[in-house]
Amino acid sequence: MLLEIKNLHANVGGNEILKGIDLKIGLGEVHAIMGPNGSGKSTLAQVLAGRDLYAVTKGEVLYDGKDLLDMAPEDRAREGIFLAFQYPVEIPGVNNTYFLRAALNAGRKHRGQEELDAMDFLTYIREKIKLLEMDDTLLNRPVNEGFSGGEKKRNEIFQMAVLEPKLAIMDETDSGLDIDALKTVATGVNSLRSKERSIIVVTHYQRLLNYIVPDFVHVLSNGRIVKSGGKELALELEDKGYSWLDETVPANERA
Amino acid sequence: MAIALKESEELYLKDFREFENRQAATAPAWLSKLRTEGMQAFAELGFPTTRLEDWKYCNVAPITRVRFQPAAYELDDRIQEWIEEISFSGLDGTRLVFVNGHYVEELSTVGELPAGTKVTNLAKAVTQSEAAAERLGRYASHKTHPFVALNTAFMKDGAFIEVPKGVVVENPIEILYVSTGGEEPWVAHPRNLVIAGQGSQVTLVESYVGLGDGVYFNNAVTEIVAEDNAHVDYAKLQSESEAAFHVATVLAYAARNAAAATHSIQFGARLGREEVTTVLDGEGAEGHLYGLYVTNGQQLIDNHTTIDHAQPHCSSREYYKGILDGKSTGVFNGKILVRKDAQKTDSKQSDQNLLLSETATINTKPQLEIFADDVRCTHGATIGQIDPESIFYLRSRGIGLEEARNLLMVAFAGEIIHHVKVGPFQRQLKAALLAKMRG
Repeated sequence: MLLEIKNLHANVGGNEILKGIDLKIGLGEVHAIMGPNGSGKSTLAQVLAGRDLYAVTKGEVLYDGKDLLDMAPEDRAREGIFLAFQYPVEIPGVNNTYFLRAALNAGRKHRGQEELDAMDFLTYIREKIKLLEMDDTLLNRPVNEGFSGGEKKRNEIFQMAVLEPKLAIMDETDSGLDIDALKTVATGVNSLRSKERSIIVVTHYQRLLNYIVPDFVHVLSNGRIVKSGGKELALELEDKGYSWLDETVPANERA
Repeated sequence: MAIALKESEELYLKDFREFENRQAATAPAWLSKLRTEGMQAFAELGFPTTRLEDWKYCNVAPITRVRFQPAAYELDDRIQEWIEEISFSGLDGTRLVFVNGHYVEELSTVGELPAGTKVTNLAKAVTQSEAAAERLGRYASHKTHPFVALNTAFMKDGAFIEVPKGVVVENPIEILYVSTGGEEPWVAHPRNLVIAGQGSQVTLVESYVGLGDGVYFNNAVTEIVAEDNAHVDYAKLQSESEAAFHVATVLAYAARNAAAATHSIQFGARLGREEVTTVLDGEGAEGHLYGLYVTNGQQLIDNHTTIDHAQPHCSSREYYKGILDGKSTGVFNGKILVRKDAQKTDSKQSDQNLLLSETATINTKPQLEIFADDVRCTHGATIGQIDPESIFYLRSRGIGLEEARNLLMVAFAGEIIHHVKVGPFQRQLKAALLAKMRG
């Protein structure tokens, strides 16, 4: 088991958002987490990546057998966790290539691998960029600065390809993308699917799951996973809408 | 022993009489006269107090309380090695080296320069150069500014640079003021004069670097003249030692279609005050003012700038940035004066600050005085913290917290350093910035 979430509770400013999440993710599996706005999907993604805005009040998360919640965000990344942000941050003045090399080398150093020098790194990312059919001019630009919404999301996937995480969490990577951009992103993600890598796809819409077909689908509502199933669950949700969930939640737990 | 303000001023007067007697034999009459004017002005003005608007946030009492002796210097291997380490121009470039305000000829070199270009120390220039006699003291206002007055009274040496009409000096000229704190507090009054003739071009880099932890006071004045169509780029690094005082006044004068750029980088000193005044006194003149101040501990760093738009069709761009940590205080006061005739003035000013601690303070004040009606002037000041979202983004990619902070601060400061034209100096500034941030 790569990731094991047990009874996870988290709040922001005293407002409880995650109210007991249980989830197990095996190596090589693709899990989709769906749910309406405010259900806690993005909070879960951010908590797993170590965002300190959220306070974990109860529960535990084991990653590769280790206590994930005890690790600093950078250590989680070095151990192979990658969060593709819903809103990637613009960082003026920091060159994309420099940033990526610093990130990659931090991970390599952590794993006892030799750090890549500027030349080797360039060779390495040129391959990745070809693989994802991306525009290489973005390499010399400051991180995300002035990027369009689509470019930002593609840059996230590119970073994922470069850092080769063991667990990738995609936080609403489809939001705001037109169908062409969505396909590009999905193609990128699919090319990164592997037996050695697990992926969590957080999304509001079923649309993305036509292109990234998950092994499992979980439905999050009001801070809990209320339903889990195979890929067909996504279609069912698409068909019936999130209001259908209310009927599946026991009456005594309805808000 | 603390000295009262009045007493301090009297001690400077006493020192001046001794200084005057020593200089009397060698100084040309015009210079003695200028020095006396400086002393008289200082006697009238006295040290500024915080009751004056321009000195509101800059209490110079710590300077007035110390009894400074005239600077002496000793040259040893350690200092020489150290100078070679910080100088980027090396032995084949052009550099003037001063130790504790004294010109050190054996460490100074004048590389290949275009015909007619003069790079020498001021003490020599005042006995030889007509231009020095004509121009010295004409631009910086010793009659109204107490520290300029004091400098004018006690000025002895500094850099003198004269570029003749139409000459382009390709390689940067390095001016190095190295200070070694001794047992006794000392004071020096470096004085630079730069004259760029019509259509000429020159790039200057001036560094004040301190070694050791002794108390000293550098009170510098630099006058820069860019005649019609000349281009002058002047970058100054203030990296004095922690117990030092540094007051500097830079006056850049730009005539018709001339361009004067100043870069003011302040990292060091216990109390650092730098005033840059750019006078755009000919149609089509351009002024660029860049500044960066990085402070921590108990430092007080004050930046005062004035851009004087005296003629029409001039443009000015001013970008200052500060990073403040610990219990330090920063000041930015940027005045833009657009005189009545200065129609079609195009001026932009901004001062952006990052506060790294809750105990650091920044006082930032743009000051626009516009007397013409057809002008475009914009200004803005910001104060913020390092963006936690950016920090998290970097950390989520495996970059450690400290490195993430450094990366963001270098990026922030980099926008100023990036404008410095001299590559090796730019690299030096980045290294100094990182060293400063690591404390």
